[in-house]
Amino acid sequence: MERPLTITEKIILNHTDLGEVKPGDIVNARVDIALGNDITAPIAIKEFETVGINGVFDRQKIVLVPDHFVPNKDILSAKQAKMLREFAKTYDIKYYFECGEAGVEHALLPEKGIVLPGDLVIGADSHTCTYGALGTFATGVGSTDLAYAFAFGEVWLKVPELVKVVFTGKPKKWVSGKDLVLYLIGQIGVSGANYMALEFSGNTFKHLGMADRFTISNMAIEAGAKSGIFEPDEITEEYVKGRANRDYIFYRSDEGAKYAKVLNFNTETINPQVALPHLPENSVDISEASAKNIKIDQSVIGSCTNGRIEDLRIAAQILKGKKIAKYTRLIVIPATVEVYRTAEKEGLIDIFLDAGGVVSTPTCGPCLGGYMGILADGERAISSTNRNFKGRMGDVTSEVYLANPAVCAASAILGKIACPEEAM
Amino acid sequence: MIFKGKVFKFGDNIDTDAIIPARYLNDSSDENLKKHCMEDADPAFSSNISKGDFIVAGNNFGCGSSREHAPRAIKVSGVPVVIAKSFARIFYRNSFNIGLFILEANTDDINNGDMLEVNTDSGEIKNLTKNNVINAKPIPEFMSELVNAGGLMEYARKRVKEGGRR
Repeated sequence: MERPLTITEKIILNHTDLGEVKPGDIVNARVDIALGNDITAPIAIKEFETVGINGVFDRQKIVLVPDHFVPNKDILSAKQAKMLREFAKTYDIKYYFECGEAGVEHALLPEKGIVLPGDLVIGADSHTCTYGALGTFATGVGSTDLAYAFAFGEVWLKVPELVKVVFTGKPKKWVSGKDLVLYLIGQIGVSGANYMALEFSGNTFKHLGMADRFTISNMAIEAGAKSGIFEPDEITEEYVKGRANRDYIFYRSDEGAKYAKVLNFNTETINPQVALPHLPENSVDISEASAKNIKIDQSVIGSCTNGRIEDLRIAAQILKGKKIAKYTRLIVIPATVEVYRTAEKEGLIDIFLDAGGVVSTPTCGPCLGGYMGILADGERAISSTNRNFKGRMGDVTSEVYLANPAVCAASAILGKIACPEEAM
Repeated sequence: MIFKGKVFKFGDNIDTDAIIPARYLNDSSDENLKKHCMEDADPAFSSNISKGDFIVAGNNFGCGSSREHAPRAIKVSGVPVVIAKSFARIFYRNSFNIGLFILEANTDDINNGDMLEVNTDSGEIKNLTKNNVINAKPIPEFMSELVNAGGLMEYARKRVKEGGRR
């Protein structure tokens, strides 16, 4: 009998010419999509130009999204963005997005149907693992890998060992995908899944939507994982069907497939989480964080982790008719133009502005300490983003606390880290 | 290859923001990367490092972003080998792709300022200050071929010369 395979092994196998793959094998795999942004693609473009090859492997499978420092934050950033534009023109790259049609890459690609279930996707951005939510094998690589993929449409991969993560039960009120993934990282640590791939499952995900899955897959990297995949189901189909303009495949793990580890969590006992500085693994219950009376200077709602329309809706639900605390900044960054437009139509933008917040054009901006909300020395932010490393959002003495958008909204109102109920 | 140099020791979870902060990522030139290498972990690093010195760290070195600027900054600073208990996976692959040696070893007994002699072929790390030897995990064959070939782009150029895309 053939060895039962996981969804991850199946996707990798079907992108090679091999008869079988097993964890530990190093394989050369074909990529369906190779992605770069305005920080990582410039190096890839420079390297690609040294290869001496006549053209890119496939103009329809390369995606360039200027999102980190775009709209250009300064002259040097403008030069980097220009390199992407010139490359896109030269090779007639199908998926190149100017800022009026773009957004944060990992929110944008699924929204546009560019990445689909069953694909093998590489991106020169660590949060490329976000697409695992669709049943895609997606992993972050470097600029050199991207240059190689531009040329040959291939990537070398070590077939990872698999860790199955099962969440069972209905989530409590205010508990979202963000809380489950922060809880998981708190349990296994920031290198708990290093070199390994995560597979998420369990009946909890019947109670949550695609946005929650994207958030969870997005932060698989914060546990060191290579990827974080969900088996596609009717929720996936509902999301993908209106967006895809090519065929896609739903892969499923076989009965009896082998996992290096299986982790079981009871969702019903998990509360909203806050990750204290300076690692995503420092997650605690919101009640514990709230009791510490942690004053904040800034609240950020956005990013590839939590900048989708569902995130903005929940923040608006809490902020409606309220004012944020004096001497506090609330920065809301819809992740894509489509999210921005929908938020505008639904009246969410007015709610944020009426509350005393500000709404930015889509960009990664403050998440990585780029611009649009940099912290001064000693300042504190609560943020719906993904990393709270030392100096991540600004001065090396500043602090970032990670939480879901509801907690970020409530904290902006109270000027301190707070439970959503405290602000209602 | 054998390298000899002084140790710059760091702790666990040295992330890519510490290795090269995002505020400098608007310029990927070697000069810029070298100037700000390790700045948020040790602001004096770029002025104190000499060609041939080693970075030695604890667990999960290079966690966080996929930015290849991080191993590049280390390489252009003249550091030939990074030794750590473990590396985050994207940093690990990026290092081999660009031709920077990475060794996994128990680094508990290596201190800041120690003199080391490191053999990247055998994985032997001689601590000349402490007069002891630590053995690193062997580098997987594929990775050592990659780094000895001069990295992935060198391999790509060879592939094109030898018959093009396929």
